[in-house]
Amino acid sequence: MSKYTEDDLREELKTKEYEYGFYTDIESDTFPIGLNEDVVIAISKKKNEPQWMTDWRLEAFKSWKEMTEPEWANVHYQKPDFQAIAYYSAPASVDPNKTLDDVDADLLAMYKKLGISVDEQKKMNNIAMDIVVDSVSVATTFKKTLSEKGILFMPISEAIQEHPELVKKYLGTVVPQKDNFYAALNSAVFSDGSFCYIPKGVRCPMELSTYFRINQANTGQFERTLVIADKGSYVSYLEGCTAPSRDENQLHAAVVELIALDDAEIKYSTVQNWFPGNAEGKGGVYNFVTKRGICEKNAKISWTQVETGSAVTWKYPSCILKGDNSIGEFYSIAVTNNYQQADTGTKMIHLGKNTKSTIISKGISAGKSQNSYRGLVQVSPRAENARNFSQCDSLLMGNECGAHTFPYIEVKNKSAQIEHEATTSKIGEDQIFYCNQRGIETEKAIALIVNGFSKDVLNKLPMEFAVEAQKLLEISLEGSVG
Amino acid sequence: MLKINDLHASVEDKPILRGINLHVKPGEVHAIMGPNGSGKSTLASVIAGKEEYEVNKGDILLDGEDLEELSAEERAHKGVFLSFQYPVEIPGVSVTNFMKTAINETRKAKGLPDMPANEMLKLIREKSELLEIDRKFLSRSLNQGFSGGEKKRNEIFQMAMLEPKLAILDETDSGLDIDALRIVANGVNKLKSKDNAVIVITHYQRLLDYTVPDFVHVLHNGKIVKSGTKELAHELEAKGYDWIKEEVGA
Repeated sequence: MSKYTEDDLREELKTKEYEYGFYTDIESDTFPIGLNEDVVIAISKKKNEPQWMTDWRLEAFKSWKEMTEPEWANVHYQKPDFQAIAYYSAPASVDPNKTLDDVDADLLAMYKKLGISVDEQKKMNNIAMDIVVDSVSVATTFKKTLSEKGILFMPISEAIQEHPELVKKYLGTVVPQKDNFYAALNSAVFSDGSFCYIPKGVRCPMELSTYFRINQANTGQFERTLVIADKGSYVSYLEGCTAPSRDENQLHAAVVELIALDDAEIKYSTVQNWFPGNAEGKGGVYNFVTKRGICEKNAKISWTQVETGSAVTWKYPSCILKGDNSIGEFYSIAVTNNYQQADTGTKMIHLGKNTKSTIISKGISAGKSQNSYRGLVQVSPRAENARNFSQCDSLLMGNECGAHTFPYIEVKNKSAQIEHEATTSKIGEDQIFYCNQRGIETEKAIALIVNGFSKDVLNKLPMEFAVEAQKLLEISLEGSVG
Repeated sequence: MLKINDLHASVEDKPILRGINLHVKPGEVHAIMGPNGSGKSTLASVIAGKEEYEVNKGDILLDGEDLEELSAEERAHKGVFLSFQYPVEIPGVSVTNFMKTAINETRKAKGLPDMPANEMLKLIREKSELLEIDRKFLSRSLNQGFSGGEKKRNEIFQMAMLEPKLAILDETDSGLDIDALRIVANGVNKLKSKDNAVIVITHYQRLLDYTVPDFVHVLHNGKIVKSGTKELAHELEAKGYDWIKEEVGA
């Protein structure tokens, strides 16, 4: 049983503004704004990348130039001016050969503020962490402990140098360069991200974690994450995101690729809390992310996400169930408040026999926000006995928000079993009054109801994350029922 | 303890209570009876502080303090408890978690720290035994999929946990079979003390056979038109409400 009671939570929540909205003045090395071939080459050069990598980027850039921004999602926003963004920003004090002890004191102070003191993380939580600020990975902890088991966990820029064979073999295999507009952009300009490889039969002894933060103004963040779980291995991966509060919109276009080889399992959890814009809908992060994993025989990939931030979210963590008996799971809580818009869901592509997928999506809309679930369950002709269970629940607060569900089901094999359940409910005045009558004030009542609604998904998160996620739900919905 | 003076209340500008006077002393059990639409449930909601109801005139005093300006949760903190006629469902929130939150919020309002876990456990054990509640029941989502009887029993369980000063039971007997009725009534009886009071709102006599009222009031058209002792309840059971309506010339 958790010792962390809901009152501890309340204590922590005395200030309910976006608490990560500070900006740390760190000297940084930022490219001038704008994007062209030279910028792509310059990024590659900055990283001392081998020629194949530069070429790979250029190929992506070529495709991107021909592509147009997708418009099918149920979101409305002013399209970013891609020439008004700086595509590379690095804290100036990062030296490629650094160890943790060399990390800039201001940076360390910033981590402290984020509640992720690297030292403490190291000692207490048994979580190995990679921290990406703006575009560069600045600290990876536990590297040594992990390497004893043969586990590689490092910035992807480092992996390109040290393990080119692995990167070359897998990069872009799940999300090809020209997969979509944002993926192509990311492939051209990604500057860092995390790389992780778990060798055959190894069970990663700790949670691996990446913390992303946008700090500089007018910079885009394009991180690239590549996780490879070799045969029979297991890894649990956590990802957290914050950004300062700014009036202008910031762009975040990440790509995450997961590769689960035969009998491997990857659990990927995200708590996304990018700045959502203020109460009037000004500012906030545009979060256009492509996340996809591929499962070989008997492999399993589980995506769990708690999405409370960003002004606009466009994100569909997906599983390609290529191998027979492979399993894909998607557990999601998406909260939108004020003027936030989210279009999020998953794709489960059943290719192998006896493949199974589960989708549990919980959407919570408040204020004037719009929250959409969009999901595809696809069963290919040779996917005998494929099974899917989908459940999409929406919870509405107030009369000005919207919840939408767009489930797509394409089945080309008669033996498939597909179940889809959907509910929409509203937090009722009767529920609130009932709680009030038992001495529970309205804000607390809402938190209680929302936590209850989200429980099935919260339970899937690792403990430390579940607590943070619960806290975030409460912050995000503050003031949403008048 | 409770003094209601010339209370007029309305919902959406429609007057429902038209001058209620009621005095309840510690240790007493009052029954409020009356036909459908007479204002019984409204009276319960107004005392508990439901926002949609507007008090147009008169006041409600609890231990001399006017409740008018207090929110529903503040009234709860002062010991007002309402057993709902139709308890709401809260999916994903267990009975235990709900009670823990309610108790600790009330303690917080009084400047007390959270109830220690072992104490909470002891309290839950004791009160669930009192109401013959299965422990498994406590881990279920609040009221979700509960039978009518389970919902009502759960209401009284909550009452037992919160130990209110003034408990209002709004048609707690409706929808109960005879065994459940006995358990609920026994629970109420055991919770009665010289320091607290109970208002039982009901259509029927049957709960009053177990939980014997000191006073019975008949509510009609938003007013208490007749008060008496438990014999009045028997009379109502035998003769219905029509004779009262005639008597007051409504």
